Amino acid sequence: MDEIQSLIGGFAVALSWFNVALMLAGITLGVIIGVLPGLGGANGVAILLPLTFSMAQQPGGATSGIILLSCIYWGALFGGAITSILFNIPGEPWSVATTFDGYPMAQQGHAGRALTAAFSGSFIGALFAVLLITFLSPLVAKFALKFGPAEFFSVYLLTFCAFVGLSKEAPFKVIASMMLGFALAAVGLDTVTGQLRMTFGSTALLKGFDFLIAVIGLFGIGEILQTMEEGLAFKGVEGKLNARVVLDTWKELPKYWMTSLRSCVVGCFMGIVPGGATPASFMSYGLAKKFSKDGDKFGTGMIEGVSAPETAAHAAGTSALLPMLTLGVPGSPTAAVLLGGLLIWGLQPGPLLFTEQKDFVWGLIASMYLGNIVGLIVVLTCVPLFASILRIPFSIIAPVILVICAIGAYTVHSSMFDVWMMLLFGVVGYVFKKLGYPLAPLVLALVLGDRAEDSFRQSMLISQGELGIFMSNGLVGGLTTLALALLIWPLVAALWDMMRGR
Amino acid sequence: MPSHPEKDERPAATVKTMESVVAAIIIAGGTLVIVDSLRLGNRWASDGPQAGYFPFYIGLMLCIAGLVNLVFALREPGSKSFVTRGQGKQVLLVLIPLFFYVALIEFLGIYVASTLYIAVFMTWLGKYRWAKTALVSVGVSLAFFLMFEVWFKVPLIKGPLETALGLN
Repeated sequence: MDEIQSLIGGFAVALSWFNVALMLAGITLGVIIGVLPGLGGANGVAILLPLTFSMAQQPGGATSGIILLSCIYWGALFGGAITSILFNIPGEPWSVATTFDGYPMAQQGHAGRALTAAFSGSFIGALFAVLLITFLSPLVAKFALKFGPAEFFSVYLLTFCAFVGLSKEAPFKVIASMMLGFALAAVGLDTVTGQLRMTFGSTALLKGFDFLIAVIGLFGIGEILQTMEEGLAFKGVEGKLNARVVLDTWKELPKYWMTSLRSCVVGCFMGIVPGGATPASFMSYGLAKKFSKDGDKFGTGMIEGVSAPETAAHAAGTSALLPMLTLGVPGSPTAAVLLGGLLIWGLQPGPLLFTEQKDFVWGLIASMYLGNIVGLIVVLTCVPLFASILRIPFSIIAPVILVICAIGAYTVHSSMFDVWMMLLFGVVGYVFKKLGYPLAPLVLALVLGDRAEDSFRQSMLISQGELGIFMSNGLVGGLTTLALALLIWPLVAALWDMMRGR
Repeated sequence: MPSHPEKDERPAATVKTMESVVAAIIIAGGTLVIVDSLRLGNRWASDGPQAGYFPFYIGLMLCIAGLVNLVFALREPGSKSFVTRGQGKQVLLVLIPLFFYVALIEFLGIYVASTLYIAVFMTWLGKYRWAKTALVSVGVSLAFFLMFEVWFKVPLIKGPLETALGLN
């Protein structure tokens, strides 16, 4: 039971006063970020990342940094539910499914029950995912130590094909958005040959595009622009939570253990294979509706319909860190930003992290347990406070958020060019969102582009240009086959629908 | 209805137009990537793949995906609205000042520019009185100044005002 021992060591790291304080700060900040329109897990973490640069230089600082940033992520996952239930505005894309039953419950005066169900569901989903990370990730890491470039490339291939196969957006829009990310990632100095690619004589493009800027623009500015369309007013339901309601709801929840379990499994699967939290929440809602005996009452305020998507979203969001830590392949945009943080702090994510940075990895895993417990307590006790943030008029909140985005973009490299790029990415994000081009594949391709290309080139060098290397043994062949199967899945599904339609 | 500009439901752009424009831009971008990859060489050199080897295929796939999307876009009915005039106006009301804000940062520094931007936003769109506007805009910028310059020691762009106050 090496894992238990390592985990206890991790708790020793995570339980310092400083780290617990950071956890509390991170969760609170995260919930606020999750509640505010235009700020979410991915860009919230991206904006705050530069603030950890100086922190990470101290001994043990990288662990404190990741604890702060990951807790912001957990907080944002919790916070999305508050706006969905009380205001019918999903603060985060993964809480869209929560509005279906959450808002009707709030309108009927059951806001407290809905909130408790959502938070408890989130907590259970996260706990399930953290347990999975604790016991599975050392195995995956050990296994991945034997990976060569071909294996890594096939993992990247699987990641990107999964997007095409599992997204609900049109497959060619997913591909376009993903390839755009790869193209942007290729801009700048090619590290292998030393040649300049696609800079067209511009010195500002030498460094290439930073994905943090893209994340801040795409998700932050884009969302504010979209929110502006609908005018400036938010109308919400009062949310009150007292111990009585919480306990009563907790008594009710064990009845739905099967739904919870299913949501956990769906969530973890979608988090590890990067489908992401958003499709996981929809899928889990759909499954809960299908299997529940009150299925046709879904949408009118069923407690199951609140807990199912929240459980899955949180499980997916948390388990997205598993491939990030063990393989260096993030399962969600926020996990990608965290990965970027690791790289900036000088840590190389991947299988070696588990042998060379034990304190860091296990400190982080232990902080996931603690962070989610802290998170549950914070949200259960402070809902009215967080809900009151949305009562601040949008004409004050919007400019402040835009200023925060601009400052965040500037601090990444202290460059004005980045702030202009953020503005451009903002417009792109707005248009893409409205037309159904998914943003997550773009961000992930931008993050992984260079490394995917490196592993591809190295594999090609080994095989002297034979693509057969990606089928050369059982492991790499299996991964490649699975990737290709996911890639053509939408086509198969469309054909199947056509056949049945006749 | 001139008194309710935000209620103007006429489309400022249709989904069909926007889809086609985006698809065309993607094809153009893909072509650009292909052209540059050909310049760098997309073949196999004596020491392995050339610099344009991988991007070439990326460009190719961008073009293919763009073309497919363009075909779908052209089959789209021309009636669906991408953004109504009222909505478009709201978006531009945010976007245009944002553009000026970013331009001003370089000259005035980020703190003064942010104060002005928040103030303009609040008076224009929020119709707040000047006292509340001044309080919020100056207060927020001051809070950011303390947070970045004092606590976290992350220097941001400063302008003539900070120089005059000796804060540089």
